[in-house]
Amino acid sequence: MSTASVPLPAWINYGVIPLLNLVLAFFFSGLVVWAIGENPFDALNFLIQGALGRGDAIGFTLFYATSFIFTGLAVAVAFHAGLFNIGAEGQAYVGGLGAALVALSLDHYVPWYVTMPFAVIGAALFGAAWAFIPAWLQAKRGSHVVITTIMFNFIAATLMVYLLVNVFIVPGKMAPETRTFLAGGQLPKLDWLMALFGLKLGPAPFNVSFIIALVMCYLVWLLIWRTKLGYEMRTLGVSPTAAVYAGIPYVRTVIIAMLISGGLAGMMSLNAVMGASARLQVEFVAGAGFVGIAVSLMGRSHPVGIILAAILFGILYQGGADLSFEMPNITRDMIVVIQGLVIFFAGALEYMLRPAMVRLYQTATGK
Amino acid sequence: MNLQSSANEPAIELVGIDKKFGAVHANKNINLSVGKGSIHGIIGENGAGKSTLMSILYGFYHADEGEIRIQGRPVSIRDSQAAIAAGIGMVHQHFMLVENFTVLENVMLGAEGGQLLAKGVAGARKELKRLETDYGLEVDPDALIEELPVGRQQRVEILKALYRGADILILDEPTGVLTPAEADHLFRILQVLRDQGKTIILITHKLREIMAITDTVSVMRRGEMVATRKTAETTVAELAELMVGRRVLLRVEKQEAKPGPVLLSVKNLIVKDGRGVTMVDDVSFDVRAGEIVGIAGVAGNGQSELLEALAGIRKPVSGEIFIDGKPVEAADPALLRQLGLAHIPEDRHHMGLVLKFEEYENSILGYHHDPRYGRGAMLDLDAIRRQAEEQIAKYDIRPPNAQLKTANFSGGNQQKIVVAREIERDPKMLLIGQPTRGVDIGAIEFIHRRIIEMRDTGKAVLLVSVELDEIRSLSDRILVMFAGKIVGEKPSDADEQTLGLMMAGIAA
Repeated sequence: MSTASVPLPAWINYGVIPLLNLVLAFFFSGLVVWAIGENPFDALNFLIQGALGRGDAIGFTLFYATSFIFTGLAVAVAFHAGLFNIGAEGQAYVGGLGAALVALSLDHYVPWYVTMPFAVIGAALFGAAWAFIPAWLQAKRGSHVVITTIMFNFIAATLMVYLLVNVFIVPGKMAPETRTFLAGGQLPKLDWLMALFGLKLGPAPFNVSFIIALVMCYLVWLLIWRTKLGYEMRTLGVSPTAAVYAGIPYVRTVIIAMLISGGLAGMMSLNAVMGASARLQVEFVAGAGFVGIAVSLMGRSHPVGIILAAILFGILYQGGADLSFEMPNITRDMIVVIQGLVIFFAGALEYMLRPAMVRLYQTATGK
Repeated sequence: MNLQSSANEPAIELVGIDKKFGAVHANKNINLSVGKGSIHGIIGENGAGKSTLMSILYGFYHADEGEIRIQGRPVSIRDSQAAIAAGIGMVHQHFMLVENFTVLENVMLGAEGGQLLAKGVAGARKELKRLETDYGLEVDPDALIEELPVGRQQRVEILKALYRGADILILDEPTGVLTPAEADHLFRILQVLRDQGKTIILITHKLREIMAITDTVSVMRRGEMVATRKTAETTVAELAELMVGRRVLLRVEKQEAKPGPVLLSVKNLIVKDGRGVTMVDDVSFDVRAGEIVGIAGVAGNGQSELLEALAGIRKPVSGEIFIDGKPVEAADPALLRQLGLAHIPEDRHHMGLVLKFEEYENSILGYHHDPRYGRGAMLDLDAIRRQAEEQIAKYDIRPPNAQLKTANFSGGNQQKIVVAREIERDPKMLLIGQPTRGVDIGAIEFIHRRIIEMRDTGKAVLLVSVELDEIRSLSDRILVMFAGKIVGEKPSDADEQTLGLMMAGIAA
């Protein structure tokens, strides 16, 4: 028996170890910053200040976090059913089409709170539809969902460019984007929420979709741990042979899990399209689908973990942008390196420190 | 039998070996001395610490305390290389052979003797020849492992150990996969090895083997070495009692069966496995209410596929299955459960249980749509935990904690979780595969009694097991399966030899 099977209390497993991993990630990021001739402590200060220092900074951080919560949940739901959905990027992109169609058709007639539920449904439906073909191919033909979802990201990208350039573009304009939604097609900002904490949101696009994201976290938790469908998905995810034994229908479960996953990814567009830019633009997803994979991995596919990981990545995104502004030596690419190190230590090397912690814990408790 | 063996100088001595895994005290101050040129048996229930002890001896684990002496000299066995250097060879329960290599290549593996193979091959071939003549271990050196029967594969494992110069041979549950005839052959080989001066340690939980082959025997219980006896001076009953710490019934007591109407009927069933090989070949039989039909056979003769086809897990190629006289339309485990068919699968780790789930989650596997466990789409966790706790109490599942991860239960208790789930549904028919594989004696007794109870309350029971003793003591009728066919039917009092020959495909 190795240390892997020695149980540790939750506060070490979910508190101390992730924290130490994070410290390691920042330590090595610091080395990189130092190697290119900047002061790592200044850099860290800029990063934290840029992400959390002011009301608008926090607003931007939470805006990014909102997108990552949606895509993180999407990856997590599929993962519980044993499916690795790499296609959240494309599903979110196509989901934007659903949200935009609803906003464009309703914004003249009704206020935002009437549009919103339809937009949620539209975004989810379009995202789910984009996940359906890979799901069907996996369930029926055994085509690996990792491969097909990656390919569908590319198809989504070209499809959306085609639609925006040829169908939705405003006549006479150069930019491949839809017209700007009226107030009835926009999700309002959460100024009041920030004001509760005495902060000013300023220009940050932190909006109502954050609340939708939190509701989805609760619903995903309910689905995975409190419903029969969630039970079937988890059984299939952990032990496909036990799922066969238990009579859990493979085709149905795979397809439903991927539809839910695609729907959640699609909802990410509510934040970017209806909350921030108020129009459908090319490339609005901007990698949030891929960040969702890291967020889900770090958050151990649990909604609470996903919220925390999404906020961490929000900090890295927003603080990183500020950092590269303050320290021109540190380019956007450097920020990606730092994000990579965080994923590396907190996600991929999750269990690196575990054996040492087990030994430490055993010595400390005298077992 | 060589009764002086234990009086000889010891080949191997364990002094005060102690090993803890966290809170589990796997080996408590073990002292053991095995005489040179003897066969020493170690028996004990699952989890008694036999495997841990042997793993320490073979360098997989390191003892916290204690000393190992070989030929009187203290040695430090840090890894399996060191064990081999000290002259210890191990034949694992699950063979460590490369299936698509030849016998010769497998024997050489890890002892190739240099970068170029040619020289090593010639040497190995010569050495194999010598081992063959010295010990009567004949195997074709150029045969592919995957083409050899299991008994031969095991011989290759023994050859591998001897090739590396082993003087002390440890065999871990060596007969689990063998027919009675193959097991007898193995015992003859072991006797030859002993007579040539090798020392053999045989780990098993089969008392019969201990009596048949060993010179001395040690009994382990809960991490302790509780007794060492000369085999000639002990009895099966005494050893069994030492193992479990109380008296056990070796035969299940049961009344005469009162068979009722046919509940499960199979007609001309043909089943192929994943590779397209016909595993069940035109099989027909009936199981009546109130009887236990046992299917005897060496593992791999189609019993597993038959069971899976009946449970709806594997789709038959042709043939019909009738439940209560009505044909079963589709291979669908959920549908079959609704028809009153419960299934205790052969492989509890991959089928019967989701090891990462908590105990209560497994207590509803396959029955999670039952309205008792929640209305509509939701699960009623309180109701599930309550019934899980009732089952834990009724089946004495230990530790009694429904929220413990299933992987953390011992094999016997895991099996009880499956048995409890399937039997507590009060099914009409019960399919059982290897009900007591890897289960300790106390739990075996318990599970056997439950199965008899099911029969006595008028259920139809189909039992598949590779343990002939189990088949014989539980079944009312025995069907023998060989190469996918049912080669004959015998009453439960048929003698072992007849059944053994049928299982080997020799007599019908």
